[in-house]
Amino acid sequence: MSTYFSEDHEWLKVEGDVATVGITDYAQAQLGDVVFVELPENGKTLSKGDEAAVVESVKAASEVYVPVDGEVVEGNEALVEEPGKVNEDPENSAWFFKIKLSDKGQLEGLMDEAAYKAYVETL
Amino acid sequence: MVEQTTDLLKTPLYDLHVELGGKMVPFAGYAMPVQYPLGIMKEHLHTRDAAGLFDVSHMGQAALKGPDHDTVATFLETLVPSNIKELKAGKQRYTVLLNGEGGIIDDLMVSRPAEPSREGELLLVVNAARKSVDYDVIRARLPEGISLETYEDKALLALQGPKAAEVMALHAPEAAELGFMSVASMEFDGVAVHVSRSGYTGEDGYEISVPAGAAEAVAKALLADERVEAIGLGARDSLRLEAGLCLYGHDIDETTSPVEGDITFCMQKRRKEAGDFPGGERILKELAQGPKRKRVALKIDGRAPAREGAEIRVPGADKAIGIVTSGGFAPTLGAPIAMGYVPTEFSEVGTELALVVRGRELPATVTTTTFVPQRYYRKPK
Repeated sequence: MSTYFSEDHEWLKVEGDVATVGITDYAQAQLGDVVFVELPENGKTLSKGDEAAVVESVKAASEVYVPVDGEVVEGNEALVEEPGKVNEDPENSAWFFKIKLSDKGQLEGLMDEAAYKAYVETL
Repeated sequence: MVEQTTDLLKTPLYDLHVELGGKMVPFAGYAMPVQYPLGIMKEHLHTRDAAGLFDVSHMGQAALKGPDHDTVATFLETLVPSNIKELKAGKQRYTVLLNGEGGIIDDLMVSRPAEPSREGELLLVVNAARKSVDYDVIRARLPEGISLETYEDKALLALQGPKAAEVMALHAPEAAELGFMSVASMEFDGVAVHVSRSGYTGEDGYEISVPAGAAEAVAKALLADERVEAIGLGARDSLRLEAGLCLYGHDIDETTSPVEGDITFCMQKRRKEAGDFPGGERILKELAQGPKRKRVALKIDGRAPAREGAEIRVPGADKAIGIVTSGGFAPTLGAPIAMGYVPTEFSEVGTELALVVRGRELPATVTTTTFVPQRYYRKPK
C-alpha cells in the first residue's frame, strides 16, 4: 500500500485501484474542532480538483478536494455521526471516502510522506 | 494558511498570548489570539463551566469629561437613544451611537463612575473596528466645556463564567459587591483598576480596565488559578452568539436601527416617548408600526452550520427573504445556530424557515434570541 499527499492537505492510501482519502493531521490542526462533515454520495464521479467533501469547524467551513479522477465507492458514515474523530485520528480511522481511481498515473503528481513533510515546513 | 501578522497593532498582552501558544490572527487591525492550544470548543465550554480570561484590549476605552453629570449626560443623549441622565453613579448601560437615519454607528457600554470625585465623567467602551469613527462623531459635536479623552495606555481584560466571581474575589474583594452592570474603581493585587460586572458571553463576570504596564501581571495572576483558562476570539464569538448578543458590523450596522436589530432594551421610556435622538423619526415610526425587517435567532435542524451570508427563505420558495448575519456551531447546545434579518411577518418565534447552504435548504426555526440562558449576577436588594 502506498500513501500519497496533496498540497491541499489530503492523504490517499492506495490499495489496488481504490484510494482511501482523508485530511492530514496538519489540516485538522489548522481547522480546529470539527463539528460537521458532509461526504460525497456513493457512485458520484469526481474529477481531479473537484470539491468532494465538506468539513466545518466551529469557526469556518472548508472543502476537501479530490486530487485524482474517479468514482466514489464508499463514505465514512461514522464521521457524520462523530465529526470530532477528524481531530482525534485524522490519518487513520477518520478517513472521508474511498474512490475507485480511473487514472492511476495521476498519483505520480502527488507527494510522498517525506515530500509532504518538507512542504508543510515551508508553510 | 499562515496569517500575516506584521504591521498589526499589539495589545499589552501580545507577548503573553504568544507564550501561551495563542494562534494570532489579524482582527480590527490588531494581532489577536483566535484560539489557544485548548481549542475553540473546549475554551467555549470551559467558560460556561468555570471561568475564561479574554484580552479585549483592542476595544476603545475613552471618557467624556465635563463640569457635572447632567451636562455630560445631556450631551451624550444627543447621540444615543438611552437614558443617560438618570444613570446612577456606579452603573453601566448598553447603548448605541446613531446616525441621522437611525442606523447604528456602533454599540457601546457607557458607565458613570461610582466615585463622587469623578463627577462629570462618563466612561465609554467601544468596538475596536469603530474607534476612530466613533471618536470622530463625538468630537465633531463636542460642546464647549466637554472633552473626549481616549486611553491608549490601558488594557481591558474580561473574566467570564460561573467561577469568575470567586476567582476575582481573591485579588479584588470589592468586585464581589458589584451587581450586574455596576462599576467601581478598586485595587487588584495592589494595582489600581476600574471594574465593571458585565461582559459578552451571557455569563456572570467582569471587565477589568488596567494600566497597560500592569496588564500582564493581572492576567497572569488570574491564569494562575486552575479555574481560569485563556480564551481566544473564536470562543468569544461562539459564546456571544449563544447568548444572543449582536456583533457590530455583522448583526447590526449603519443601515439597521435598534428596532430592526431587536435591541430596544437600550432605549428607556423617556427617550422612546420623546424620540429626541438622531433618526428619531424613523425609530418612533418603527416602534409604533413595527419595522419592515427584524433580527431573529434561528435554530437549525441537523448538524450543518449556516454561516454569515447564507440566504433565508420560506421553505420551498426559491427567493431569499433575508440573510444570515452570524452563524455557527453552538458548543453548549451541540447544534448549529444563526442570527439574521427577515421581514417582520416572519419574525415570530416558531416560524419555520429555510437557510440555504451549498445550494440546499436546511430547515430552521425562529427561536428566542438567547439560545442559552443568561446567567448575570443580580445583587439581592
